[in-house]
Amino acid sequence: MLEIKNLHANVGGKEILKGIDLTVNTGEVHAIMGPNGSGKSTLAQVLAGRKEYEVTKGEVIFNGKNLLELSPEDRAREGIFLAFQYPVEIPGVSNVNLLKTAINEIRKYNSEEELDAMEFMTLLKKKMKLVEMDQSLLSRSVNDGFSGGEKKRNEILQMAVLEPKLSILDETDSGLDIDALRIVANGVNKLKSPDRSTIVVTHYQRLLNYIVPDYVHVLYNGKIVKSGTKELALELEAKGYDWLKEQKEFA
Amino acid sequence: MSTEVSQIEELANKEYKYGFVSNVEAETFPKGLNEDIIRRLSAVKEEPEFMLEWRLKAYRHWLTLKEPNWANVHFDPIDYQDISYYSAPKKKPKLNSLDEADPELIKTYQKLGISLEEQKIFTGVAVDAVFDSVSVATTFKEKLSELGIIFCSMSEAIKNHPDLVKQYLGSVVPYTDNYYASLNSAVFSDGSFAYIPKGVRCPMELSTYFRINAANTGQFERTLIIADEGAYVSYLEGCTAPMRDENQLHAAVVELVALDNATVKYSTVQNWYPGDKNGKGGIYNFVTKRGMCKGVNSKISWTQVETGSAITWKYPSCLLIGDNSIGEFYSVAVTNNYQQADTGTKMIHMGKNTRSTIVSKGISAGKSNNSYRGQVKIIRKADNARNFSQCDSLLIGDKCGAHTFPYLEINNPTAQMEHEATTSKIGDDQIFYLNQRGISREDAVNLIVNGYCKEVFKELPMEFAVEAQKLLSVSLEGSVG
Repeated sequence: MLEIKNLHANVGGKEILKGIDLTVNTGEVHAIMGPNGSGKSTLAQVLAGRKEYEVTKGEVIFNGKNLLELSPEDRAREGIFLAFQYPVEIPGVSNVNLLKTAINEIRKYNSEEELDAMEFMTLLKKKMKLVEMDQSLLSRSVNDGFSGGEKKRNEILQMAVLEPKLSILDETDSGLDIDALRIVANGVNKLKSPDRSTIVVTHYQRLLNYIVPDYVHVLYNGKIVKSGTKELALELEAKGYDWLKEQKEFA
Repeated sequence: MSTEVSQIEELANKEYKYGFVSNVEAETFPKGLNEDIIRRLSAVKEEPEFMLEWRLKAYRHWLTLKEPNWANVHFDPIDYQDISYYSAPKKKPKLNSLDEADPELIKTYQKLGISLEEQKIFTGVAVDAVFDSVSVATTFKEKLSELGIIFCSMSEAIKNHPDLVKQYLGSVVPYTDNYYASLNSAVFSDGSFAYIPKGVRCPMELSTYFRINAANTGQFERTLIIADEGAYVSYLEGCTAPMRDENQLHAAVVELVALDNATVKYSTVQNWYPGDKNGKGGIYNFVTKRGMCKGVNSKISWTQVETGSAITWKYPSCLLIGDNSIGEFYSVAVTNNYQQADTGTKMIHMGKNTRSTIVSKGISAGKSNNSYRGQVKIIRKADNARNFSQCDSLLIGDKCGAHTFPYLEINNPTAQMEHEATTSKIGDDQIFYLNQRGISREDAVNLIVNGYCKEVFKELPMEFAVEAQKLLSVSLEGSVG
């Protein structure tokens, strides 16, 4: 599904990604871990197509297409979804309106019939149960005045409605209390399917107790320095990142 | 817009070409303004003596005035002697098909969702009437006259209802009011007149769309709407289709009168030619609009969506004279490229327990300048007056300007005032967020802008609101990116 080869990227002239190689197959869940500043979020943003992040080298193939040539909206329409670490507030635009516009843009792109108001509302109500979201949040402006937990849940709701092929969760666990974490993880797990893949970007192992990854990669200084199965996450939790730093420096 | 409406409109336009104008001599006055020109104008229009007197008084007063320069707009001086003050309504040049029309214009029409038939009308393509024109127009007029509602051109009103005109014309905007209003009073060509009798609720939105022989806006338009005791009327002015006009200066006057327990709702969508991308050409729209809540419990509500004109100078206002009367102003003003807008309202509280609401949403893009200028005045006798003002500015890009000039004058300690103001910018992070949800840049801006204008759009009649949304997106096209 996703193939990243030797990806280099700059932010503000500074190289952050220094040659990432990563393959994510359909149906897999990959966790990307690493200390602060290692480039985790940059990778997520580059995949989503944020223009402040300049790709200098390498390629990304998504379902046979050259992802880097696509506009951010086309990447989304191709099935890439980024759950933002800091979801932005958009006063005046209701959640419902955003979701309806988004789903129909994606359907249009994929030559599917647009949903009418009734069909959409039926779908939306179903998905809201997944993330245990209160109906009142729907008519409110996107993330406007939402608590940290509500914002993250809102991201997962959007993911549930848009049914992306590849979901990238960028530190979705940060700022969540244990209940919110459970709800968010639950939502993600219920959306898991053999034809969808997930990349979970996280700082802590905690989230991986709920969303169990098939593979764990450790990002350090713009490169993946270690890959393994879910046991690697536990090892990291126990030993800390310094353990890897030392290993790396010796290597 | 539904085909039904477009057909009616088509008829209205057709009627205009062959209707009342036929008795007016097809001539154009030489350029220049003097008393002779005004006499000739009044004569051509076969006006009663009192009208001529009034025009002359206005003209003499105008001569004593200086063009105002306090507005936050800039333009080269206007030579008032270089304007012809009367020309018989011209027939639009006839085209054989839409292929001959300006392709840019057609593209805009398509984006606005204007039907093919309407496109033909706007561009002057000959249209075959789909059904009997006279019958629809007549049915509409009959329905109104059954209720005693008068809805006609100002010229007709002067001839057929001189008493009403004499009583109310200039009663809200006197000919001494301001430079442009004085000029308008002296030389106004035509406009709309509506009178809703006591206790009558006008069953349909009155619109220049429907009013036979009023499809074209004159350079100096004059509108007078009177709602008698307990009456209700909703009036729609303008049109979302871009209006081109060879006259650069437009100085209209609109007067609204609401007697006891009456309500007047006045909605405008203005989309006159704003000039090209470099600010060349474009219409100067210097309008005086004012409503008088004369009676107790009366209400006047202005809603405007302003996207056109090179320069807009416009302050729809309310004089709240009757006790418990209500004034409202809801505005969306969009400026793009080099457009300049100085617009707002005045709420003058004179009666007891009067209330006013101001919601102004300015949107600036390109290199434009958008100013809100509003006055709330509460006189000494106006006990328990209340005002709520909200003035928001939205900036798109970093070369435009937004300015707010609120004036408050409160002479009664029981007054309650609330004022909220915000300035926001469409952030790149907001756009990216929406992009990431599959929404294009243009659509993202539209979504944000429409959300921002929601409070005003909901005041518009349904159909108008839908058109206004599309209009906004067309107006802001290319402003981001």
